Amino acid sequence: MFLKELSEARGVSSREQEVRDLIREYVKPNVDEVFTDSLGNLYAVKGKDKQGPKVMLAAHMDEVGLMITNIEKNGLLRFAPVGGIDPRVLVSKPVAIGEDKVIGIIGAKAIHLQKPEERTQVLGFDDLYLDIGASDDEEAKRLVKIGDVATFTTQFQELGDLFLGKAFDDRAGCAALVELTKGEFDCPVYFVFTVQEEVGLRGAAPASYKVAPDVALVLEGTTASDVGETDEANYSTAVLGGPAVTVMDRSVISHPQVVARLFEIADKNAILLQVKRTITGSTDAGKIALSRGGVPTAVVAVPCRYIHSPVTVMSVKDWEQIVRLVELFVCDIAHKGVEF
Amino acid sequence: MDLAELLIALSESSGVSGYENMPADLIAKTWLGYADEVKKDALGNVIALKKGKGHGKLLLAAHMDEIGLMVKKIDDKGFIRFATVGGFDYRTLVAQEVTVHGKEKLRGVVGAKPPHLQAANEQKKAYLEEEFYIDVGFSSDKVREMVKIGDLITINRSVQKLNGQRYAGKSFDDRACVVMLTACLQRLTQLNHNLDVYLVATVQEEVGTRGAAVAAFGIDPDLAIAVDVCHGEFPGVRADRGFGLGKGVVISMGPDTHPKILTKLKEIADEAKISYQLEASTSAGGTDAWSIQVAREGIACSLLSLPLRYMHTSVETLDLQDIKEGGRLLSEFALKADRQFVEGLPCF
Repeated sequence: MFLKELSEARGVSSREQEVRDLIREYVKPNVDEVFTDSLGNLYAVKGKDKQGPKVMLAAHMDEVGLMITNIEKNGLLRFAPVGGIDPRVLVSKPVAIGEDKVIGIIGAKAIHLQKPEERTQVLGFDDLYLDIGASDDEEAKRLVKIGDVATFTTQFQELGDLFLGKAFDDRAGCAALVELTKGEFDCPVYFVFTVQEEVGLRGAAPASYKVAPDVALVLEGTTASDVGETDEANYSTAVLGGPAVTVMDRSVISHPQVVARLFEIADKNAILLQVKRTITGSTDAGKIALSRGGVPTAVVAVPCRYIHSPVTVMSVKDWEQIVRLVELFVCDIAHKGVEF
Repeated sequence: MDLAELLIALSESSGVSGYENMPADLIAKTWLGYADEVKKDALGNVIALKKGKGHGKLLLAAHMDEIGLMVKKIDDKGFIRFATVGGFDYRTLVAQEVTVHGKEKLRGVVGAKPPHLQAANEQKKAYLEEEFYIDVGFSSDKVREMVKIGDLITINRSVQKLNGQRYAGKSFDDRACVVMLTACLQRLTQLNHNLDVYLVATVQEEVGTRGAAVAAFGIDPDLAIAVDVCHGEFPGVRADRGFGLGKGVVISMGPDTHPKILTKLKEIADEAKISYQLEASTSAGGTDAWSIQVAREGIACSLLSLPLRYMHTSVETLDLQDIKEGGRLLSEFALKADRQFVEGLPCF
């Protein structure tokens, strides 16, 4: 399981190299062929010439982050989000900028200097700066440049019975896919690690065009809101509730027969499986399902609390179950086919 | 341990007001290497004496407590609700890693109401106090077994080394100034200084400058300098309230400051070519200076400040050069201020 390494690796959308290199190294011994395309998607293929339906399993390598957009005269940096980041999670966090991992922190005006009404306002991207300790723009320019991207610096750790780390969306999916490359399947399986999901599902469309699968599953890290005083009806998913199947989100309606097949397998094998209760968010499945003449596609995800923040939280139990579920699903497809 | 290492070790130790044992032990151990004697008083203040030529007793104070959180409730899902100890901007707590000091130390993260469950207009507002909780990743049974109401919670932040001599971290307010006192103490071992110097790492400053009052009574000094942080310059901070990082410590001018100490500090800084900044502070309440000033029958006092950006967040940012130069100024003061100066303090 390479979850720690994958979580700590840096790969903001369009700058996925570090993650791609790790995954390439991990999957190489397990598969027949590894290659990339012109967008940077990474493909690992197993049993290409086998009979049976062609299965595509996808997880995205990129994570949300920040991009430096200006270096101010006073040495502070302006930045913009890459992907969806709620600015409320940024205040008082360190980030690592550019290839040299220059450390910067996002500060806020001291509470002592605020009027009471200021404290109820969101500090938005227009109010925040990155501070790298440069005393002016010249000093700053020696360390960073406009266009550099920044990631959270969170170390992977245990949190009680759970795991804490950054970018479980979707390194949890990537780690599951890497694990699945060890499996033996009686059909061709394409493990696809996509790029630029967080900025508009960009890698998945060309990837599914290239693979032209008969059926596809997208492995994700998705929102868990089983927290605080939320009532159960508002849980998107719950940590320790098993993998979550998306029935519908903003980008896709998972193929009902694929969903049914997943539940059938889960029932038969005593795997906990939950349905994601909210219909927000979009995934690579939206692109894959509409690729070429259409592909039966579903999303299964590891529930993650505090998604898109520096501290995402997930359970290894849910992760193990998703690996098992998907492995059984592929075996099932190999034997029963895709006549939905 | 050099000054940077001490700064890091002190910043990363945990000691919320009233529970300063961890930084206190580290400070006592460090000061024992340079001072003639080191002791703790009844409230937990760490006091070191570095004897000089006996021209008078100088008290130097910096506080070692930090702001923190306290367990208020454990809910049925195992999430912890909390109160604050000291002044927090809740907006800086979202997605913050913390340590819950229960039966054992538990790692936690601060969560808030998930954005997709908030109405669009709620998302435009900062989270409310009651929307926060701490997630320790255990079931409620397990949490209740390990944690009780009233247990303390501290912020986790390893010190971040920034460009040059700048560092970011938690509780630099005011342990960075304890480091400044240490820099002074180290230098005093090389000097034949006039004043006997009492260095105090005070407790409970953040909840009302309480330790300093007791320490000042106990030591009964002739004069005192409290050392605390002031705000660093930053966009949106008025020029008269924010001071440059790396441009020297800030000498406060105002009710806290005895006029003769102010003049002397400036004179000594000029002589020793130590850069400093001046703050016109009409009522610098909220530091140990005030408590010391009114102890016993009154003590001639002054306030020296270290510029610090983002005060009371986990990424307080400073320049180590200011700490070193501030230490030099304090030691020069102990070297040069003499009996005549001390005896002249009550004469207006």
